[in-house]
Amino acid sequence: MSVDTPAATGRYPDAAGHFGRFGGRFVPEALVAALDELDGAWRTAMGDESFQTEFGALLRDYAGAPSLLYPARRLSARIGAQVLLKREDLNHTGAHKVRNVLGQALLTKRMGKRRVIAETGAGQHGVATATAAALFDLECVVYMGEVDTQRQALNVARMRMLGATVVPVTTGSRTLKDAMNEAMRDWVANVDNTHYLIGTAAGPHPFPALVRDFVRGIGDEARQQCLDLVGALPDAVTACVGGGSNALGVFHAFVDDPSVRLYGFEAGGDGPATGRHAASITGGSSGVLHGTRTYVLQDADGQTIESHSISAGLDYPGVGPEHAWLHDTGRATYRPVTDADAMAAFELLCRTEGIIPAIESSHALAGTVAIAPELAAELGREPVVVVNLSGRGDKDVHTAGEYFGVLDKE
Amino acid sequence: MSRIGVAFDRARAEGRAVLVGCMPAGFPTVEGSIAAMTAMVEAGVDVIEVEIPYSDPVMDGPVIQRASDIALAGGVRVADTLRIVDAVAATGAPVVTMTYWNPVEQYGVDAFARDLAAAGGTGLITPDLIPDEAQEWLAASDAYGLDRTFLVSPSSTDARLRMTVEHCRGFVYATAIMGVTGAREQASAAAPVLVSRVRAVTDLPVGVGLGIGTGEQASTAAGFADGVIVGSALIRCLLDAASLPAGLTALRELSAELAAGVRKPAS
Repeated sequence: MSVDTPAATGRYPDAAGHFGRFGGRFVPEALVAALDELDGAWRTAMGDESFQTEFGALLRDYAGAPSLLYPARRLSARIGAQVLLKREDLNHTGAHKVRNVLGQALLTKRMGKRRVIAETGAGQHGVATATAAALFDLECVVYMGEVDTQRQALNVARMRMLGATVVPVTTGSRTLKDAMNEAMRDWVANVDNTHYLIGTAAGPHPFPALVRDFVRGIGDEARQQCLDLVGALPDAVTACVGGGSNALGVFHAFVDDPSVRLYGFEAGGDGPATGRHAASITGGSSGVLHGTRTYVLQDADGQTIESHSISAGLDYPGVGPEHAWLHDTGRATYRPVTDADAMAAFELLCRTEGIIPAIESSHALAGTVAIAPELAAELGREPVVVVNLSGRGDKDVHTAGEYFGVLDKE
Repeated sequence: MSRIGVAFDRARAEGRAVLVGCMPAGFPTVEGSIAAMTAMVEAGVDVIEVEIPYSDPVMDGPVIQRASDIALAGGVRVADTLRIVDAVAATGAPVVTMTYWNPVEQYGVDAFARDLAAAGGTGLITPDLIPDEAQEWLAASDAYGLDRTFLVSPSSTDARLRMTVEHCRGFVYATAIMGVTGAREQASAAAPVLVSRVRAVTDLPVGVGLGIGTGEQASTAAGFADGVIVGSALIRCLLDAASLPAGLTALRELSAELAAGVRKPAS
């Protein structure tokens, strides 16, 4: 793990957490002292070799990093691109999120706090947080929308086995955004002894930059692995985008490589035209949600509109502010992927490679299938694409089983 | 001096605190909320705080969340809020608006300030806008002569407290406890300390809110603050009532109890 920061990290965000016109802090004053404390702890840790050594050892010995970069030959042959899968699905707890929670749990210890709270949608971040809390002997409370506790019952059980308290949230739309509201309310009341272990690169500064720094190993590893494997940088890097931490994690190392195209695939639900989707950049507008200015699904009065996606992990009406900025600057391209296209890609990976992906990551696969011919035409050869396979599909077997009608009737 | 400032001056001359009563716009309906706020004024509430209902109110506890959800489900719009401000200002009581930032940002900060001033509103209380991010609001509130109430918290450092208060106009909102809105059984030990810290850096009146719901608690808060801000306890009168008339009766009774409380400041 390098403590060097590339030029892009030095430039953005600014000291107050702004990525261009996005980011910043839109929070109750009660939280500012805690955010400042966290900002100081994070900046110190980033420059502290002992922190980096401890974090690096945890990633290697506990989480299984570096994750493999796997040349998916049968999939490549099917879609006309040389696909390199960044196997974050093989990490402990089954997704990229373990990197973020280990980093933040270490920071929690350093700040002398004994309790962590988290919000979760699909339950992956909740499981990862409960895991880190068990490992670091921290009290853990996870807020989860009641609707999500029902569609992800297995992950609720996992969190409880790991010693966490799961609080079903019954306000608003009873999904991820409401779980975040409830976690913020808890934090305002208990900020003295509690760290809010936020699960994506969103929320008030310093969270978007801090989370990015903890997951950027994905891209740092992939960049070197790609050079070792094919002797060149990839033509494109693709990832799914909900809040956007896995995408920033894999993008970050490539931001200063102009030849590498960056693609973020948002959850298009039933299709952006139907209004039933979670594509905040494609189908939303600039606004303030959960402490940051970013693209938000909202009505003309600024009321948040409920998002829709087959993937609980992407079912969020906002997006991390750095993505909003990468979109505005044109450095990254964002496109929606419908539920149907994501599920087709899910099946394709199962059948060609024997890998069951998370439905979230299936959006990245489906987007890659769509851009492969465009890139091939532009380059005049088969493109090399690094796809961030951000998580595994065990948690989605029930949803996918129902979708494909492969469950036996009881 | 702003109309809020006049209310604080008059109360100070009478040896008592100002009573600020909060109600979400459009709860239970647009007309119902006008009736409720008018009843509060008639029963002795000095200043009405109209909260713009918002889908994601992170500073609010379950009572205001429920009331806001009811208002939003009833279809209330930001434009209705301005109409409500106008109607309640006609009673003669100063009307301040409490809002999360996104509804103002989407309306357009300058346009909102212009229309709020035209409706007779005195200014804004902004629970999730800190001065650090408030450039547009500072300019618009100056342009239209509106008050700016930012929140200070027991966790605010001295430097932040001073900076925040410097950006306030009208009055300062001191949050009595670390937490969200909602009546509490226990009085806050942090509140008097916070109020005296604010007094050390400003002559502006200081209102204290969060957790106050009874005449006795209002009396205690009036002992150390210039204003006593009550929301959830008043809203509960309507939420718990079988009908709007019954709710208005309960609302008048509690308003009168609180008004008596702020007139007997605990020493």
